[in-house]
Amino acid sequence: MTRRMLGRLANPQLLALVGVLLINWLLFPSFFRVTWQDGRLFGSVIDVLNRGAPVAILSIGMVGVIATKGVDLSVGAVMAVAGAVAASLVVAGYPAPVAVIAALLVGLLCGLWNGFLVAVLDIQPIVATLVLMVAGRGIAQLITQGFIVTFNDPLLIFIGTGSFLGLPMATVIALVLLVLVTLLVRKTAIGLFIEAVGVNRAAASLAGIRSRMLLILVYALSGLCAAIAGIIVAGDIRGADANNAGLWLELDAILAVVIGGTSLLGGRFSVPLAVVGALIIQAMNTGILVSGFPPEFNLIVKAGMIILILLIQSPLATRIAPRRPQRARIGVQRTAK
Amino acid sequence: MSETGYVLEARGVVKVFGNHVALDKVNFGLMPGEVHALLGENGAGKSTLIKVLTGAYQPDGGEVLVESQPVTLNNPQHAQTYGIGTVYQEVNLLPNRSVAENLYLGHQPTRYGFVDRRRMERDARTVLARYGLDLDPGSELGTHSVAVQQIVAIARAVELSGKVLILDEPTASLDRNEVERLFDVVRSLKAQGLAVVFITHFLDQVFAIADRVTVLRNGRLIETRALTDVTRTDVVRLMLGKDISFSGATALEEARPAGEVLLDFRNYGRKRSVHPFNLTIHKGEVIGVAGLLGSGRTEMARIMFGADPADEGEVRVAGQKTAIDNPTDAISRGFGFCPEDRKAEGIFGELSVRENIVIALQGKLGWFSALNRDEQMEIAGRFGEAMDIRAASLDMPVKLLSGGNQQKVILSRWLATDPAFLILDEPTRGIDVGAHAEIVRTINRLRDEGLALVVISSELDEVVAYSSRIVVMRDREMVAELHGENINPGVIVQAIASNQTGASA
Amino acid sequence: MSIITKLALAAGLATALSSGALAQDISGKVVGFSQIGSESGWRAAETSVTKQQAEERGVDLKFADAQQKQENQIKAIRGFIAQGVDAILVAPVVATGWDDVLQEAKEAEIPVVLLDRGVEAPEDLYLTSVASDQVKEGRVAGQWLVDNVGSEDCKVVELQGTVGSSPAINRKKGFEEAIAGHDNITIARSQTGDFTRSKGKEVMEGFIKAENGGADICAVYAHNDDMAVGAIQAIKDAGLKPGTDIKVVSIDGVPDIFQAIAAGEANATVELTPNMAGPAFDALAAYWADGTEPEKFIITESKLYTAADDPEGEYERRKGLGY
Repeated sequence: MTRRMLGRLANPQLLALVGVLLINWLLFPSFFRVTWQDGRLFGSVIDVLNRGAPVAILSIGMVGVIATKGVDLSVGAVMAVAGAVAASLVVAGYPAPVAVIAALLVGLLCGLWNGFLVAVLDIQPIVATLVLMVAGRGIAQLITQGFIVTFNDPLLIFIGTGSFLGLPMATVIALVLLVLVTLLVRKTAIGLFIEAVGVNRAAASLAGIRSRMLLILVYALSGLCAAIAGIIVAGDIRGADANNAGLWLELDAILAVVIGGTSLLGGRFSVPLAVVGALIIQAMNTGILVSGFPPEFNLIVKAGMIILILLIQSPLATRIAPRRPQRARIGVQRTAK
Repeated sequence: MSETGYVLEARGVVKVFGNHVALDKVNFGLMPGEVHALLGENGAGKSTLIKVLTGAYQPDGGEVLVESQPVTLNNPQHAQTYGIGTVYQEVNLLPNRSVAENLYLGHQPTRYGFVDRRRMERDARTVLARYGLDLDPGSELGTHSVAVQQIVAIARAVELSGKVLILDEPTASLDRNEVERLFDVVRSLKAQGLAVVFITHFLDQVFAIADRVTVLRNGRLIETRALTDVTRTDVVRLMLGKDISFSGATALEEARPAGEVLLDFRNYGRKRSVHPFNLTIHKGEVIGVAGLLGSGRTEMARIMFGADPADEGEVRVAGQKTAIDNPTDAISRGFGFCPEDRKAEGIFGELSVRENIVIALQGKLGWFSALNRDEQMEIAGRFGEAMDIRAASLDMPVKLLSGGNQQKVILSRWLATDPAFLILDEPTRGIDVGAHAEIVRTINRLRDEGLALVVISSELDEVVAYSSRIVVMRDREMVAELHGENINPGVIVQAIASNQTGASA
Repeated sequence: MSIITKLALAAGLATALSSGALAQDISGKVVGFSQIGSESGWRAAETSVTKQQAEERGVDLKFADAQQKQENQIKAIRGFIAQGVDAILVAPVVATGWDDVLQEAKEAEIPVVLLDRGVEAPEDLYLTSVASDQVKEGRVAGQWLVDNVGSEDCKVVELQGTVGSSPAINRKKGFEEAIAGHDNITIARSQTGDFTRSKGKEVMEGFIKAENGGADICAVYAHNDDMAVGAIQAIKDAGLKPGTDIKVVSIDGVPDIFQAIAAGEANATVELTPNMAGPAFDALAAYWADGTEPEKFIITESKLYTAADDPEGEYERRKGLGY
């Protein structure tokens, strides 16, 4: 049992996260300083958890899609749509719970649409979700009529900026989702089926797996996660910004999943490691902010770090340094169980 | 100048891939004005030979001669300059360009350096007329039927080369009328003195159009014969390669007390795939399916399993009329299916041996009754041991196992679902001797335990040994159901080759 | 309508007075307006203000939305020429590729006025261009800070626009010019907030952590109001009072920042006026009246608004404009 725990911890993703955090600490010595303020934890590490939550939530949905050899480019746009729906409804006087549920349903609907295009009409995922990536932002702009729709609804603001047991609400929501989705895929057969469809859809069909239903499910989940992230982001700035909410976050989510060790060719996946991937990305963003580099270097620093992390995970690195990654591989497998 | 009279010849050609000898000193000669059929099962070396003759591959030994002069063909374009043109099964033209453009692509008639479209279309019209095609050369190629596209491809190949035309399974996706139309074109080309190489799986077509036949097997030349000298039986025997005697040597599994009827397929079929067939299967019996590649044997298996649903006829399972529209339906009624292409349709390469074994059972249990890890280990261990799967660990990826062990994993997968009926498509192809024996033993054991099995195999001796009946497929049709005591590979070969239906011994 | 008049007067004042053309009647004139699109709230406001300015002057405005495509703008301008309009207003989506179509307008003797962005074309192809001076905007913001901190030491954090964009470069430059020579004011940190609220908030959170929980920060300068609104939230989340503990100065003058100023959470904003059309019409009026050639580059006023400038009223005036 302890060995299993050790194996779980010694994987390249967690090592990379620790590495990035250590670099942040070197650049900014009080990086790990956390204080208690106004009934909540306050510090750069908390910022990482808080700011990383939207991408972490997106990656929780994205990882299942990518494991089926698909991809969901529409999540950023769906965030904008969900935020726009929630904001417009509370501004129009509907109770906040109604607005939240409506936004979640709209996200789910977007996911079902993607799933329908991919599973039933057999459109390539990258093309199918591109439709909503482009159209979604337009829909969001139509809903908000081009304004940033600002609101003062306490529930929406609480979802975006509140705290629970001292932790930012966004972090708590991401954590709950992580646990729920991990249980959903690992305590049922869904995870195994997702991997089977991703590895070999023809064989999965012949083995009696209803791959169509499964694909619709993973895209629907991705849409739902995007809606949750969209509500958080809107609540955070107390407004729905159709032009900018979730802009390019689909790429961060895909990157998080890839850093989390799930291949874009489908197959083996891990929800917790995708979330770790999201935290790595955010730790870099926050690190750049507190380090005081000129903004012109942001993208270069980020790209360099990502290349380094992906290299550490690559099969080549496994061959050059066989000892550590071997343990790591067992770790991945165990987590993937 | 020409001593042999061959327009194109391969002399002692050798081609090696890694340590696999794909062609072993093969001789092949092509006369002008003949249609020469090239036959052989998968892996016999047909396509390798074609690729050597068209310059796609360079031979590792021997030589290629054009009109008795040794030549080096660098690539198919180079071969074209020697008059050798090829048409592949999948038309590789541009469906969204015009017929005329496709005909002249790469060497359009030009005027002042620009494509002379008007002349091109005028020329195209004359050329197409020679092939009996009256269509607008300006129309998009993709708007025409596959047969017309094939003829355009042939016209292009002949216009470009003009001495030798190689047709690689040109009829695979054509219906009967379209095949006739294509044959008319081939006959007229032959009358013009062109040499045509014709590759197909359909024996009827060979006898309908070819003058001579060359049979390859396992990379070796078996024989080249004039079709006037051989019977269908001879050809099938050459292809399957057994020195088959025609008196009963190996008898069928002795008639056993027939169990109760498990399955009854009535007029069961699917358009453009398999003609309707009738088949009754009892518990505790193995039905062997014999037929050449492309005879419809795999299609029949897929229809039975619902992988391609039947669109006519009906099936009864244990007397109950039922619908099998997809594999899930089939599995819920106790069916299992080991497909022919293990890698593409059978195994989940990245997943573990354990997961590969439990996946069908888990599929049957559904999304929410998950087997936990211990249960999976127990099931995988039990069936793995029963099938003698040689794997270092049940958690290793199945792709690291040998072909034979992968086949055992797939068989275990179905046995774990406690099936009543198993369909095995070429279960022993391409696996080592040990695994082969294990699988044959398992087939016998399952039959004795009361399972019903359908086994498709090219290994006629083997099929005869464990089957109680044998059905023969030809041209996507069930042409015979053989039973009785005197069944032997020879009889099967005759049935495969025979022209009449309903042979019985 | 009187509110609009006031706004037009305020923004167009400098040009209008100098040309003395306000009295000229241009009602009945037909003017084509090729707008870029509606990619931002400010752009939408510019469209509505332009329509109101035209209506007020009795000008028949033909509006064409180019949806971010130059080809649509060229098409629209050719359409205007064919219709024989009296003048054309263009907010060009890109700087290059205008020579031909401007030449066509010139040959048809239709004056063209460029709004809020310049083009790389010979100056004789258009009558004038009306635009704000981004460097000046930054300078006004910086001057406000200089005037308000006096001689105390002041560490400023800067929220830049999108890296490499011209407003980000110019507004940074102007601000630095204004604080140059005041050694008590230093820019401690500068990062990009991509002109968005959420990035503005995220970056400000980082700054606060990096500067001793925000205690060391004297002021935040944001290249646009949206980032400032995000920063204000970050300051509040850190338990500090925006506007008091940390001064907030930004640029654009969108409605939400006036609300923040009214609430004491922001201190100042420099307006980028959406009224580019007012000065344009005035220049046209003078031109038609007696052939007065306007200046080639009309610079709109970069007006500073603080709590003393009736922020509630400014908010009310702006909120219907499409921001």
